[in-house]
Amino acid sequence: MTTWPVLSVATFLPVVGALLIYLSRGDDEAARRNARWIALWTTLITFAVSLILVWRFDAAQPDFQFVEKVPWLATGINYHMGVDGISLPFVILTAALMPFCIIASWKSITLRVREYMMAFLLLETLMIGTFSALDLVLFYLFFEGGLIPMFLIIGVWGGPRRVYASFKFFLYTLLGSVLMLLAIMALYWNAGTTDIPTLMNTAVPRSLQTWAWLAFFASFAVKMPMWPVHTWLPDAHVEAPTAGSVVLAAILLKMGGYGFLRFSLPMFPLASHDFAPLIFTLSVVAIIYTSLVALMQEDIKKLIAYSSVAHMGFVTMGIFAGTTQGVAGGVFQMVSHGIVSGALFLCVGIVYDRMHTREISAYGGLVNRMPLYAVVFMVFTMANVGLPGTSGFVGEFLTLIGTFKVSIPTATAATLGVILSAAYALWLYRKVVFGKLTKPSLASIKDLTWRESLTLMPLVFLTILFGVYPKPVLDMSAASVQQLVNNYNTAITAVNAAALLQ
Amino acid sequence: MSFETAGYQLLPVLPELVLAVGAMALLMVGAYRSQDATRLVTGLAVGLLAVVGVLELMLPAGKLTTFGGSFIVDDFARFLKILALIGSAATLILSAEFLADPSRRIFEYAILVLLSTLGMMVLISAGDLIMLYLGLELMSLALYVVAASNRDNAKSTEAGLKYFVLGALSSGMLLYGASLIYGFTGTVSFAGIAAAATTGSIGIVFGLVFLLAGLCFKVSAVPFHMWTPDVYEGAPTPVTAFFASAPKVAALAVFTRVALTAFPGIVSQWQQIVIFVAIASMVLGSFAAIGQSNIKRLMAYSSIGHMGFALVGLAAGTVEGAQGVLVYIAIYVAMTLGTFAVILTMKRNGHHVETISDFAGLSRTNPLLAFFFAMLLFSLAGIPPLAGFFAKFYVFVAAIKAGLFTLAVVGVLASVVGAYYYLTIIKVMYFDEPLAKLDPMRMELRTVLGVAGLFNILFFVYPGPLVSVATSAAKSLF
Repeated sequence: MTTWPVLSVATFLPVVGALLIYLSRGDDEAARRNARWIALWTTLITFAVSLILVWRFDAAQPDFQFVEKVPWLATGINYHMGVDGISLPFVILTAALMPFCIIASWKSITLRVREYMMAFLLLETLMIGTFSALDLVLFYLFFEGGLIPMFLIIGVWGGPRRVYASFKFFLYTLLGSVLMLLAIMALYWNAGTTDIPTLMNTAVPRSLQTWAWLAFFASFAVKMPMWPVHTWLPDAHVEAPTAGSVVLAAILLKMGGYGFLRFSLPMFPLASHDFAPLIFTLSVVAIIYTSLVALMQEDIKKLIAYSSVAHMGFVTMGIFAGTTQGVAGGVFQMVSHGIVSGALFLCVGIVYDRMHTREISAYGGLVNRMPLYAVVFMVFTMANVGLPGTSGFVGEFLTLIGTFKVSIPTATAATLGVILSAAYALWLYRKVVFGKLTKPSLASIKDLTWRESLTLMPLVFLTILFGVYPKPVLDMSAASVQQLVNNYNTAITAVNAAALLQ
Repeated sequence: MSFETAGYQLLPVLPELVLAVGAMALLMVGAYRSQDATRLVTGLAVGLLAVVGVLELMLPAGKLTTFGGSFIVDDFARFLKILALIGSAATLILSAEFLADPSRRIFEYAILVLLSTLGMMVLISAGDLIMLYLGLELMSLALYVVAASNRDNAKSTEAGLKYFVLGALSSGMLLYGASLIYGFTGTVSFAGIAAAATTGSIGIVFGLVFLLAGLCFKVSAVPFHMWTPDVYEGAPTPVTAFFASAPKVAALAVFTRVALTAFPGIVSQWQQIVIFVAIASMVLGSFAAIGQSNIKRLMAYSSIGHMGFALVGLAAGTVEGAQGVLVYIAIYVAMTLGTFAVILTMKRNGHHVETISDFAGLSRTNPLLAFFFAMLLFSLAGIPPLAGFFAKFYVFVAAIKAGLFTLAVVGVLASVVGAYYYLTIIKVMYFDEPLAKLDPMRMELRTVLGVAGLFNILFFVYPGPLVSVATSAAKSLF
């Protein structure tokens, strides 16, 4: 069908952009402007290429499409790329958000602009690669490789505690991932290949399933992040530059959820079933506990970071419910959270660029001077709460009904968490936006510039569009999700039937 | 080219003969030429190493043996010899500046490196314990002298002496082990020992332990690593680069060959030792490096850790394991040479600086150098998609297949600890405020760093050739 490797082009185009920036030498203002424009155009073209994927994608087909396969490392380890309904939304999300990240850094990054743009473009390649790799070793390569640019982004362009935050981010994630690497090797010897589609159809012995599940869990739980291994996230978020926070919240966190969907559920269905209570418990703790922690924060970014942990709790809960609604809701919630949390961090970045502080107490009454900002921020706050009519509602609602079928206590407790999320989000909004404008430092604050509006308006549009008409995302993933859930249920009923016969 | 009467084929040792004769000839050139022989001899030595490498590749394919089976040329030997030759030649190139110093003028340096390389080649091809000892001593004796080649420097002399005393001790242990093995099996050839040592009789195991202890000293594996940090720090930096590359190749080669071809019948006996040594090296290498402030000392602990990782492959005792060791050592040599090219560049106002804090802000004063060095450090830490990741991948994949799960888990956890100190250097280069600019980088250092750095970054694009050569080399041992 496809005459040219669309997926590889979309993946490696940003590297070409990074090379172009490298070749445009110099460190004067002209070189910086060139770097920004090259980065912006590269991300835009990558986004355009990713739209070709959407256009040619056959949503009725549950299997992998745009498949490319070239021999690579050894027998059974190939350069194998492809997307299905579960990974395509994340590829698009990544490609779509990157231009916003570049624009958000336009003015706020003045130091070492070329390196910054190159790091972001490399990161984009690694992220798109992670979502479209169909070989475990290749996946690991992209998954782990992302640590290098992110480490530098936090460490070089971050806030005052950037060194601590970048080390914590790097070592935490690496520690989780190396165990997954060992599990990948064990799977390789079990099936003779690390080809993901093949492994999905290979029955893994039960004992190996348990160990491999735990090893993959170690990696994805840190990445997600799930309670209690979430502590790197608030630090990383607070110290990272705005665009770094956006990428972190919107895309990097989704790798954990994507990993659960791509590997844990289809390859280790029995272990997933066995460990579902553990996941439910951790998810509920995450939803309630981190919401409570969020209530106590004094830093806006930290508050949003904790709320991210809580929202990811809904995702893990939905995924491991193993029902169609739960899994579809998990995918949708991740996409929605990608848009909403990314947008919230952009909003924080906008006031941070003006005031150079993220203390909640430093703000108040912004609505008087920044009416447009107040509206935009409200839309995203409401989406974060999960108000019907915004995309946040659809994801939370689907995961909750998906879980309700499996575990009523979990669903009930998680629903209570929604109230808490309303509490901290509305509290934040009231403190920052409403009230009297008494602080003298805020007296001359300016409303959104046209560039800021340009970045936020499409996100507002998408948040509301997916809130009232979630069909495009749900349709795109429906066939693949259905196949995933069917396989999962077949594997479990087969084992249960065998147990009954004995 | 054969002496039929004696029954000895000389063709398989042709490269070694050329190297020996060439080294002698260069010695004459140096001795009889007036004054400025260092540059010429060093240049010719690099050329000689290249010629020897070409000869090695031109030998007929397959397994060749001579001297009654005590000298073996197989794919395994070819692979590692080429690697050792590359390591030695690159070291000579890196030494150019050190040798150019008018206060030194030691053309013997290149000759000693050549002789040491000859020892390595003999060692790699050793088919019995006698040849092993000959090669090992030839290699080590030259190394002792090279370590002390900065004659007027107390630290360098101390390094040479320390290395010599401890090296002699380890040779003694190795000889004692060899004699025990000979006593209990009645033969010194690896094939003969393999045939005799099918059950782990106490005498053979005793000999094995002593033999492996001597070899562990040469690869600087824990608990025989104590000399490494002092010698690495004390020796002149180009010499440290040499110690870290080519001799490690040879020592690891003979370690692998002895374990896999002389004692395949008692794998379970030596496997325990190798597992212990591997774990101890990985853990100590990772933890002890954290507190170092001198980059050369840090690289010493780093190399201890890396030898531990390489031994993980050997511990598996399988073809995959041997292949893992070979891939590991090849990538390790590239990373090490690149790293030392950077360390040699660290000069301010004509003086070498060696502490980690001297790298501060390198990414701003010299972005390209900092980028290559950062990539080398990420690679040493084993982060994909850099070459160092694949090195670790192949040894651990072998360990997992052999069911050595504990070893693998400890290994990867140690690699996370190890990542910390590599990150510290990157932090100093990228996050800290810059110091004064470094002196401009010399051409030959640029070349070595460029080649090693690009290999390291782009290895993942086309790993096929190295991996398939390593596979056939590993298969030739079984």
